[in-house]
Amino acid sequence: MFDLTGKTALVTGASGGIGAEIARVLHGAGAMVALSGTRLEPLERLVAELGGRAHVLACNLSDVAEVEGLVKRAAEAMGSVDVLVNNAGITRDGLMMRMSDDDWQSVIDVNLTATFRLCRAAVRGMMKARWGRIVNISSVVGTTGNGGQVNYAASKAGMVGMSKSLAVEVASRGITVNCVAPGFIETAMTEKLNDTQRAAILGNVPAGRMGTPPEIAAAVLYLASSEAGYVTGATLHVNGGMAMI
Amino acid sequence: MSDIADRVKKIVVEHLGVEEDKVTETASFIDDLGADSLDTVELVMAFEEEFGIEIPDDAAETIQTFGDAVKFITEAA
Repeated sequence: MFDLTGKTALVTGASGGIGAEIARVLHGAGAMVALSGTRLEPLERLVAELGGRAHVLACNLSDVAEVEGLVKRAAEAMGSVDVLVNNAGITRDGLMMRMSDDDWQSVIDVNLTATFRLCRAAVRGMMKARWGRIVNISSVVGTTGNGGQVNYAASKAGMVGMSKSLAVEVASRGITVNCVAPGFIETAMTEKLNDTQRAAILGNVPAGRMGTPPEIAAAVLYLASSEAGYVTGATLHVNGGMAMI
Repeated sequence: MSDIADRVKKIVVEHLGVEEDKVTETASFIDDLGADSLDTVELVMAFEEEFGIEIPDDAAETIQTFGDAVKFITEAA
C-alpha cells in the first residue's frame, strides 16, 4: 500500500519540521524527492540523511521569478513532478487593528500566491502524464479562525477554496488536489508558545497532546498515493479532535 | 499541405488521439474531435510551445477548428 516507487515529489518548506518529515516519508515510500526551502544547510543535511533519490532546490517563495522557475528546475532534476506538496508557510501574527499591509501581503504572497503559481506550473506536466497529486498544507485555523492570525487564516482558507476549484478543473485527467489541515503540531512554529498558551490550547484538544510531524506526513503520503485516486477536493484534518469538521 | 498545418495536425492527433484523416479543415475540436474545454486549453498551450508564440485568451476562443488554428498560427508565426 502507498508505494511511490518511480514517482517524483517536490516538497516546499522542506527545511521545516513538518516539511522535512513529509520528504522523509515520501522518500521512504520509494519516491524521488526535490526539497525546496530557503535555508540550505538543513536541506543538505536531509539529502545526506536520505542517501539517493533526493535533490536540493533553493527557492525563496516571496520571489516571483524563483517561484515561477521552481517546478521547471524540479522537473529537470527529477524528470517530472508527479507529486507537489505545498507545505511552505510563514506567520506574521498580530491583531488586525495593528496589522501592517506588509504583514498581510507577505503572508498571502508566500502561503497562497506561491501555492497558486506552483500548482499552475505543476499541473501542465501532470496533465500530459494523466496522473498527478497535489497536496496543499492548510491549517485548522483556516476553518476555525484564530485571533491574531487574520492573514494566516485567510491564506490557509484561501488554499482550501483554490484546491477545491482546481480539483474540479483537473479531475478528468487523473490529477487529485487535496489539503491536509494540521492542528497544533510540535514544530518550531509552536515552540514559541509559552506554557500558559500551551495549556490553553491543549485544553481544547481532546487527544490531550500536540500532534507530531510524522502524523501529518502520513496523511500526505495517503493523499499522494495511487490508492487515494478517488479522493479529490478534500481536506483531511489532523488535529487530535480539536475541531471536528 | 504547409509545414505549419502538418505540425498542428500532429499535435491534434497526438493530443486528442484521433485518426489523422478526421482532422480536416473544418473539423471542430469540440464537436467533431471529442475535445473538452480542458483539451482546448492544452491544445492552445501546445501550439504556443511548438511555434514559440503567445495566443491571448480572446484569440484562443476564436480557434474552434483545425483550419482556425492553422490560419491563426500562420498569421502569428
